[in-house]
Order: sequence, then C-alpha cells, then structure tokens
Amino acid sequence: MSNDRAHADSTHEHPSWKQYKWVALWLTLITALEVWAYYMPAFVASPMYKPAILVMMVIKFAIVVMFYMHLKYDNKIFRVLFTGPLFIAACTLIAYVFLFAYRPVG
Amino acid sequence: MIVANAAAVASGAHEAHEHTHYTTTSLDNRKIAIWAFIGSECMLFASLISTYLVYKGRSVVGPFPHEAWTSPAGQLFKPILNIPVTSASTFVLLMSSLFMVLALAAVENKGKPGYEGLQGSSKFWLLATALAGATFLGFQAYEFTSFVHEGLTIRTNLFGTSFFTLTGFHGTHVAVGVLWLMTLLFIDIRRGLGPADAIIVDICALYWHFVDVVWIAIFTLVYLIK
Repeated sequence: MSNDRAHADSTHEHPSWKQYKWVALWLTLITALEVWAYYMPAFVASPMYKPAILVMMVIKFAIVVMFYMHLKYDNKIFRVLFTGPLFIAACTLIAYVFLFAYRPVG
Repeated sequence: MIVANAAAVASGAHEAHEHTHYTTTSLDNRKIAIWAFIGSECMLFASLISTYLVYKGRSVVGPFPHEAWTSPAGQLFKPILNIPVTSASTFVLLMSSLFMVLALAAVENKGKPGYEGLQGSSKFWLLATALAGATFLGFQAYEFTSFVHEGLTIRTNLFGTSFFTLTGFHGTHVAVGVLWLMTLLFIDIRRGLGPADAIIVDICALYWHFVDVVWIAIFTLVYLIK
C-alpha cells in the first residue's frame, strides 16, 4: 500500500483555502474580543467575565481541533484517541481546582 | 534524532515508504501514534495548568501577575503580565497554524490545478510557519527576560515557579516544532515534498496545531483571567 493510499484511508475531504482563511479570521476576531473584554473594568468585575472568556477559549480550541487538525473530517479512531484523554485531563483539572483552589466567599 | 530521520527520508524516501506499517484499521500507524501522543500531552499540560491554577493567588511575596505590590523595603512592583505583547505573540501563533494548514494543502495538492505559484509552494508555507514559531519564541524570550529584570524568577514565589514551568514547557514544545518544520523544509528543498509525503507533513501539522491549542488555553487561563 502506498503512502498515498494510506493517507486517503485515514483522511476525508479537507477544508478549502477559502475556509482556512475564514477560520483564521474567526480565531483572530475571537482573540481580539477576549483582549477587548480584558480591558473593560466593569465587565471584568461582573460575574459574566470568567464564563464569557472561558466560552471563547473553548470555541477557539474547538475550531482549531475540528478544522485545522481535521478532527471533524478524520477517522473516528483519532477522535476517540484525542477526546478520551482530553476528557480525563479536563476532569482532573476541574477536580484539582475545586479541591485545592476553591475558596468560598466569606 | 529528527535531523537523522530527515536525512534518512531525504536520501531514501522510497525505501522509507516500503517500511511503513499499517494497522488492522487500515490507518497509518504513525498517525495513530501522533494522536495517542497528543492525548498524553493533553494530560501533561492539564497537570501543569492545574498546578498553576491551584497556586494562583497563594504567593506570599510579589511580583504578582495582575496586581501591583509594594515590598517591605518600599519598592513598588507593577502587575507583571504584559497583555499587549502576549496578545501579539498569540496572534502570531494563530497565524502560524494557518500557514501550517496551507503548507499541508500545498503538499497534498502539488501539481493539481489551482495550486500553482504561491498557493502550491510548500517551501514558502513551511518557512512562514517556522518563522512565525521562531517569532513566538522571540516574544517569549523577551517576556522572560523582562520578568527577570522586574524581579520575577522561577524561585521568587509560587506564581513565578508555576508560570515559568508552564510557559517554559510550552515554549520547549514550540522550539521542537520549529526544528521539525525546518527539517521538513530541508527535505522539501533537497528532494521536494509531494502528495506521497503528505502523511509526514500531516503528522508535523497535528503536533503544531496541538501546540497552538495549548497556547489558546494558557492565554485565557493564565493571562486573561484575573
């Protein structure tokens, strides 16, 4: 089996040049929005700041993984190999933060 | 090791193809390996990020990331994180991911209509990606140097220890990625990369994008959340 064939087996249709540039534009816009939010003292002080900025982080993360790493188009085995450890890692991180870093107000 | 592999691939590409192993899934074993490696790297960086978050706000002495601090001797330390500089380096790393996918597209579609000139020049896009990675490292070197000049080292406080460990590990990954990209560029210049080599560029691209997504998380969790 040639490398051509192997590559074709493991991958499907990839985004076009135009789509890649749109993805880059969206990533740039979301990053600009994050930085803009950081410089809004009233918004930073509000309880909405952290959830909003975390949601933007997750969106950027997902965009890169789905479109640039082609996980949206690739074989399901790769999806499992990535999302499985990512899920464990995320759960571990959240558990550590709540166990050791959470300090109730008052 | 990367350079040795590059020389082997550059001098005997066809022999290298013959020795490729395929799994019962019909997937290339190298691609399965890089995804498994990326999965393990998720856990490594999650441990480093959680260490940073657990120690956040627990430093007894400054400098601090987002707050000013006056030392017992009366010296005033500004908040140490420089968001404009880090935003610029984040933009550079995001653009490097764009250059990387364009390099992969150029290799996969070499010779096809619509991939003539700059669009089909894998050398140009590989070089652009490597240069963007090197620029990011330059920003990081500037940041580390300015922190040390402002009184924050890896031994100053808990913030310094966890910050330099986390970002230092990430920077090392970027440096390895730049070496990997330069190796691919060397192969491309020596014998040219075509559709048959797409898999080796794809594996490097996956590593590079992973380094990018880790930075997306670090930028938000370390720099933007006060």
